[in-house]
Amino acid sequence: MPLLSVDELKVTFAGHGRRATTAVSGVSFDVDEGQVVGLVGESGCGKSVTSLALMGLLPAKGVRVEGRADYRGTDLLSLSPSRLRDLRGTQLAMIFQDPLSSLNPVVPIGVQVTEILSRHRGLRGQAARDEAATLLDRVGIPDPRRRLKEYPHQLSGGMRQRALIAMAVACAPRLLIADEPTTALDVTIQAQILELLKELVDQQGTALLMITHDLGVVAGLCDEVNVLYAGKVVESADRRTLFAEPAHPYAHGLLNSIPRLDAPRGQPLNPVRGSINDQIAWADGCAFAPRCDFYTLDCLQGTPELGPLNADAVAGHQVRCVNPVREPLAVTTLAEVGAGGDPPAEAAAPKGAPKTAPKAAPKEETSE
Amino acid sequence: MLRLVVRRLLQLIPTLFGLTVLLFIWIHRLPGGPAWALLGERGNEAARRQIEEQLGLDEPLWVQYGRWLRRLLQLDLGNSIKTGQPVWEEFTLRFPATVELGLTALVFAVVIGIPLGYFAARRRGSWLDVTAVSGSLVGICVPVFFLAMILRSIFAVNLGWLPSGGRLTTGIDATDVTGFAVLDGLLTGEFDASWDAVQHLILPGLALASIPLAVVVRITRASVLEVLSEDYVRTAESKGLRKSVVRGRHVLRNALLPVVTTVGLVTGSLLSGAVLTESAFSFGGIGSFIRQAISDRDYPVLMGFILFIALVYVLINLLVDLTYGLIDPRVRVN
Repeated sequence: MPLLSVDELKVTFAGHGRRATTAVSGVSFDVDEGQVVGLVGESGCGKSVTSLALMGLLPAKGVRVEGRADYRGTDLLSLSPSRLRDLRGTQLAMIFQDPLSSLNPVVPIGVQVTEILSRHRGLRGQAARDEAATLLDRVGIPDPRRRLKEYPHQLSGGMRQRALIAMAVACAPRLLIADEPTTALDVTIQAQILELLKELVDQQGTALLMITHDLGVVAGLCDEVNVLYAGKVVESADRRTLFAEPAHPYAHGLLNSIPRLDAPRGQPLNPVRGSINDQIAWADGCAFAPRCDFYTLDCLQGTPELGPLNADAVAGHQVRCVNPVREPLAVTTLAEVGAGGDPPAEAAAPKGAPKTAPKAAPKEETSE
Repeated sequence: MLRLVVRRLLQLIPTLFGLTVLLFIWIHRLPGGPAWALLGERGNEAARRQIEEQLGLDEPLWVQYGRWLRRLLQLDLGNSIKTGQPVWEEFTLRFPATVELGLTALVFAVVIGIPLGYFAARRRGSWLDVTAVSGSLVGICVPVFFLAMILRSIFAVNLGWLPSGGRLTTGIDATDVTGFAVLDGLLTGEFDASWDAVQHLILPGLALASIPLAVVVRITRASVLEVLSEDYVRTAESKGLRKSVVRGRHVLRNALLPVVTTVGLVTGSLLSGAVLTESAFSFGGIGSFIRQAISDRDYPVLMGFILFIALVYVLINLLVDLTYGLIDPRVRVN
């Protein structure tokens, strides 16, 4: 049984008289014990809202949360606020995007660490301070005793994120949710923080739900990856499969858009064209269709189901697409484009193939 | 810390000096003059000139200012033109009452305002919020003297719950020690006198508190709303902390920062606002004395009073800055 099993999570924001906005429209994924699962997508695809919904941190008013999120057999979404309060910090913990704004500016770091220790582990006074110093030391903050007395503004960005991580792992949670923990940090610090997260997760056997838009982070950290688009999972696979043969045109486009060092000079970048549009309801068909190079009329026949690519698909590789991309992502594809072939020509080849139903796909295209 | 205080106090000197020059010119340029006020309607030109000569008002303004400043440096505010008594004595006689009233209003503003603003923000859109917001609007809009009259007619005249004016019920036995009626009662053990003084303070205190209270409610509400949506509050929630800890340590402490500034500003205005309230409740403080001094053009009294108010303002601001440093480590001086 997975540690956390999210089933058709749906989050709708509806204010006074305002049009309801669906931020998450049916997300399902599993996180096993000790696994690192990525939730990937662009801004506005619902990844942060998903994490906040799981933690019960969405505002009580004006938000409707539906679906199930089974954590060790209890549905997090239907827990009472006080029960959830007991779970937060001990079983589930979260690390946020911006370490400066996520720390209380007028409370010393030490208090912000010890308060969680006294709440969940009953540590007080000197014992709590000692444990806090140990925690800070563990996340690589030098001179922890002194740091305990300092305020967030006296710490560097990387230190602040380390302090937040220390708070998150203080009670050895079973599940850690990291919402773009490296976005606000510079690149060298990013690498250090990711390294630290990896280490802690390995040591404690904590499962990590990594929310990011950075495919580099996914490549370096995640076991399983879920690609989100407009509030739905469009593809999920283990990391190796996803990077080798992304099947959803969106995932394909995302990976294709990563600039490469080995590409010829002056070669244009390959963005996924258009931008996310919250007006599109999945009910009318695939929400990615307007931006998709492989779009056919079949795409508008209702919501595509999330299912295995074909009978021979790698276990767990699921795609929500009627016209999945069937060629592995390879450097050669990029090279061809750079050599003068215009992008539509590159897109033309797969365009013909996916017209057939996914199940009848040729075997050689699902290698590995 | 001490160096900061000393530096700030030294910075006061040029500010106050500039202020006295401006005020001196301004007050002496007001039409009419003490001579007319003293003489009344039957005065003639010759009598006026005689009085002005006596008071030295015929001399050039800068000479008069120089004389006033020289006496000020010897901590002498001069004598009242009207009563002939030293201004300082007139003040010490009346200030305790005004300070008492001002403090009462401040207590009302803070003790009612902060919780009300806080709960209005927490229950945004509820009846409590709507009442607090519209009530504070009324509080700002209604003139103090009008509110004073309304309060008096309802609670003193019609319901008879509270006295309608004065500082103490006539005939009550109270020993004067410090001039602060409530404190005196506590010091001498005359608790009935203290209680009587407190009752006399409630209505004028409420009237005087109306504007500060409204401001404090508004600022607290806005500030709490802002802090509630801060990331660090979400972090605190994500740690599963108890509600009381999240609210006290993480919400309220941050939300109070702008409130402290506001309370400081408002405290200064309480002293000047007391002028109207005191006349409405015939409360024997500095207010009615100053009102009389204005119509009498009693220059030394007016100068002394305004200087004092300015001093209080600046000192309160200093106090606010120091308090701010205590709450917010980011502005703490090394």
